[in-house]
Amino acid sequence: MRTNGSGGVGGVVPVSGAASSERTVHTASAPDFLPVRLLRDLQLERLQTIVRRAYEWVPLFRARMEERGLAPASLGSLQDLAALPFTVKTDLRDTYPFGLFASPMEDIVRLHASSGTTGKPIVVAYTQADLDVWSEVMLRTFAACGLHRGDVVQNAYGYGLFTGGLGAHYGAEALGATVIPISGGNTERQLMVMQDFGVTALCCTPSYFLHLLERARETKIGLGRLRVGVFGAEPWSDAMRARIEVESGIKAYDIYGLSEIIGPGVGSECHRQEGLHLFEDHFYPEVVDPGTGEVVPEGTEGELVLTTLSKRAMPMIRYRTRDITAIVPEPCACGRTLRRIRRISRRSDDMFVIRGVNVFPSQVETALLAVEGTLPHYQIVLTREKGLDAMEVQVEVTPEVFSDRIRALEELRHRLSRSVEHTLGIRAAVSLVEPRTLQRSEGKARRVLDQREI
Amino acid sequence: MPLLQQLSLFLENEPGHLKVPCQALGRAGIDILTMSLADTQQFGILRLVVEDWERAKHVLEVAGCVVTVTDVLAIEVHDRPGGLAELLERFEAAKLGIEYLYPFPSGKRGGSMVLVFRLDDPPAAASRLRQEGVRVLDRSEVFARLGG
Repeated sequence: MRTNGSGGVGGVVPVSGAASSERTVHTASAPDFLPVRLLRDLQLERLQTIVRRAYEWVPLFRARMEERGLAPASLGSLQDLAALPFTVKTDLRDTYPFGLFASPMEDIVRLHASSGTTGKPIVVAYTQADLDVWSEVMLRTFAACGLHRGDVVQNAYGYGLFTGGLGAHYGAEALGATVIPISGGNTERQLMVMQDFGVTALCCTPSYFLHLLERARETKIGLGRLRVGVFGAEPWSDAMRARIEVESGIKAYDIYGLSEIIGPGVGSECHRQEGLHLFEDHFYPEVVDPGTGEVVPEGTEGELVLTTLSKRAMPMIRYRTRDITAIVPEPCACGRTLRRIRRISRRSDDMFVIRGVNVFPSQVETALLAVEGTLPHYQIVLTREKGLDAMEVQVEVTPEVFSDRIRALEELRHRLSRSVEHTLGIRAAVSLVEPRTLQRSEGKARRVLDQREI
Repeated sequence: MPLLQQLSLFLENEPGHLKVPCQALGRAGIDILTMSLADTQQFGILRLVVEDWERAKHVLEVAGCVVTVTDVLAIEVHDRPGGLAELLERFEAAKLGIEYLYPFPSGKRGGSMVLVFRLDDPPAAASRLRQEGVRVLDRSEVFARLGG
């Protein structure tokens, strides 16, 4: 079946003020351009409704509200949301399978589940209205990526319990594009279909596209008419995008989503490629300090927390995504009023706290890179002596930086140590170690060794 | 060719770490002509002179060592009280600073012995020292003398 949130199938309207490279947008994209005042009013109205719904239907949420002496009526503004309890991933496991549902089972028309590496998966549910919203936000995603009716979309996200495949599928159909539900895997067939069916857009993970690109080069098949890549479901960098765009000649867009919130369709880049617009008329964003849980000002980096504003089957109130990003304070040149988040490059799971400071291994990498030019193998060792936390960064010596002079090596050690201190704002001892001393698992180094006894 | 190639290895200051490169060279049948070990609280640098430095470097790298090659000078010194002091006066005259030095244990011959010097800009240092009348040995001379 075909779902479409608003507007006619394939309806296109010109938007004044939008940049020239995006002359027309689909009518379904209209909410992308809502005046901010109207958008905030809509968000508050939807927030009040959804909190009431969660309070009435979900015992866990109700209990947490009551513990804090809160009732749905206490939400008078969007800022009041900051007082509400968080929802975390373990809540979905603890209430497995249906404990967070806020609709009667007969209204639920679809279930998806995560593949859960340990124990039970997490289950997410949709009413028909939820599926309609999902199609709408995926349609708006594709529209923001410059796709329209007439495009041929090869959907290589996995179909099945994973939300990626079906989420992208219905969104592309709602857009009016021609959808090829090829699912993941079978690289040779992917390339053949891409060539023979005149595919113009591809949905998959960025790393799978790099694999496709490599095979295309080896087999000399080429990418045919491919113009756009809609890439998501894993973190990737601007450097990787630059490589993809140069080597393939396509435009590569970053999209964002997670099953707990809806699946793909939570946010997407526009043609400016300067951050991801969140479809915040449906998913309200906050950014919090991952250590304290306090909301941080716009522009400040922290953990993204999302509240679903319209989901009926399974509302999520202040869901901790574990994704680290910042809200971009400036409006986007594309004309969308939807706020943007910076590209997500790391997760708060990697974070550790030392002497009250939040530290990410990627910050240490930046510091080492600044001194050596290339990233050496390293390991962060945390210890506690007499109640005092200490951090040591062990850096493998490479032939490029090694010298026969003690002085030169001591100097290197000090430069590394100063760079780490400068980046993190805390003192860290750096020690030089022989190569291959540091633990590696499956080719990947274990970055943090926490030996503190708490 | 007044320049000699020294191999330097990075070592952690931990028990057993010096053995790894020595075993690797031993298995490859490479003789260490001389060596010096510099250490700090946290790490050490092992400096070696061997005849075939290229093969030795390869062997050490295969054994997982970080190796760097440095040009050093082999200089003859009178083996008697005051011999080194006289030599150092010539260094002063040539305005040369010394990074570090260590001897060849088997280089004694007729009242003289051979020291390894690490200096800045070794080719320039070699010609200036020769102008000052210092005997800087050629590679082939060093090995002939030690082997003989």
